[in-house]
Amino acid sequence: MNIVVCMKSVPSSETKVKINSDGVTIEQTDVVFEINPYDEYAIEEAIRAKEAHGGKVTILTLGAATATQNIRKALAMGADEALHLICENAELADSSTIAELLYSAIKEIEFDVIFCGKKAIDCDNHQLPNRLAQLLDIPAVTAISNLELTTESGSAKRNIEGGTELITVNLPALFSAEKGLNEPRYASLPGIMAAKKKPLEERQVSMSNEKLTILSLELPPPKPKGRIVGEGPEAAGELVRILREEAKVI
Amino acid sequence: MAQGVLIFAEQREGVLKPSSLEAATLGRELKKEIGGELSVAIIGANSSSLSSEFKQYGVDKVYLADSEELNQYDGERYTALLAEAVSKAQPSVLIIVASAMGKDIAPRAASSLGAGLATDCTGVKVIDGKIIITRPVYAGKALIKLRIDSELQILSIRPNVFPKKAEGDTDPEVIELQIGEKKNPVSEVQHVKSERPELTEASIIVSGGRGMGGPENFHLTEELADVLGAAVGASRAVVDAGWRPHTEQVGQTGKTVSPNLYIACGISGAIQHLAGMSSSKVIVAINKDADAPIFKVATYGIVGDLFEVVPKMIKEIKALNS
Repeated sequence: MNIVVCMKSVPSSETKVKINSDGVTIEQTDVVFEINPYDEYAIEEAIRAKEAHGGKVTILTLGAATATQNIRKALAMGADEALHLICENAELADSSTIAELLYSAIKEIEFDVIFCGKKAIDCDNHQLPNRLAQLLDIPAVTAISNLELTTESGSAKRNIEGGTELITVNLPALFSAEKGLNEPRYASLPGIMAAKKKPLEERQVSMSNEKLTILSLELPPPKPKGRIVGEGPEAAGELVRILREEAKVI
Repeated sequence: MAQGVLIFAEQREGVLKPSSLEAATLGRELKKEIGGELSVAIIGANSSSLSSEFKQYGVDKVYLADSEELNQYDGERYTALLAEAVSKAQPSVLIIVASAMGKDIAPRAASSLGAGLATDCTGVKVIDGKIIITRPVYAGKALIKLRIDSELQILSIRPNVFPKKAEGDTDPEVIELQIGEKKNPVSEVQHVKSERPELTEASIIVSGGRGMGGPENFHLTEELADVLGAAVGASRAVVDAGWRPHTEQVGQTGKTVSPNLYIACGISGAIQHLAGMSSSKVIVAINKDADAPIFKVATYGIVGDLFEVVPKMIKEIKALNS
């Protein structure tokens, strides 16, 4: 079973965002880039599928040159090889452009399954998996929390409001991962050593935002200073009164 | 020339998702500025009666696909029907609610229609006939403003942000859509029985963090939620510890929420949690540590032991309700 995992390097969720003077990008000094958390579930699921069915796992990343270290982490977890489409300032780029670039690369690769994270935690676009599947003309099940995979098909569960959907699709297919799909493994020391020798191909790509234009990036307006209603349970009555009479939210 | 606004009306089992009326209200406002018609695409089994729910939202046309075969959401089929509605209505704007279904269908539709899509929008303005969108990025740590340059502009809106407002009375013309073949069946939909509202749709959320001490104490946040008719949330720390299911997680790696009232019990306020909830309209923090970062975003705070404060709040609210 040949598996491709789309992986993005993103500012860690602990990052305090500062806007650059250009007004459309964030400051990257002191920002730690990590594997997009949802992509970690995708990588883990891919490695498990390979362990069950054989084959290989290819990591596909589009992003800055600095993403290399996270690609090596994915290889250390157990992926076999990687293709890095190098492109600066792609973080908040239009998903349609990114989908096109990934599509051009993937159609050259033999695959049975594609795994993605359900979204990247920087742009929060939630678009790429479905756009990519549409371009490849394969079925997609997004934001899955469980997957039963055979060499022929995949049955995936996705959470919906107040329930779950169980969807079965024939391979080749794309699945995007929700938290809870699995518990990603840590790379072992031999894994880290082996990762250094695994094939990593780099290609320069260029992109333009074809369908969206970013006008500005701003910090949210500061919160007005809050008010400490009191200390201990004695304050509970006053808080409830405020919520009902002043804030009118209960 | 594309003109007007089309709304994707989300329904499950013949019940309209209330946020669809938020989308319709926004659509009616946009139509005033960009002209054209306001239409609604209704897709699903037993869905024809839903068109009457849009009577007071200025809807001119309803594009309807009502068939037993559409009883479960099927991304490919629903997208094909929505695309057909777009080709008939030729709107310049398509609005979808950013729910589980909306997050799935919006990029499918955008891709198949060759359109730009802005997801999870929290602000929409019209400047020179073009839609200008505000949406949170980095889970709300920053806001991005953008313009969609394709002829069809697709946006998905965050539930509970745009107000809905009934106004006037129209009798929309109903146009039937052609239903295509089924490819990848949804074999089963399992419903989790819950008396509580869904996290992303709730107007009140009660969340618990590590300060709850252990999974056995969450009956407190549940009780407080129940007297308020609220949803229950959790911080990443308690989800990762296995105290609560991941579906309850609020934050950058969980759900981003904007309720009217967010009550944080024993949550210190890690930056990734704050990102997911700081757009809530009113925030209440209950925490022992007066220096906890959660108090920086809180509208109202109580410094104290939640095991004393929360039961007292439950009692006070019960007294008010009775």
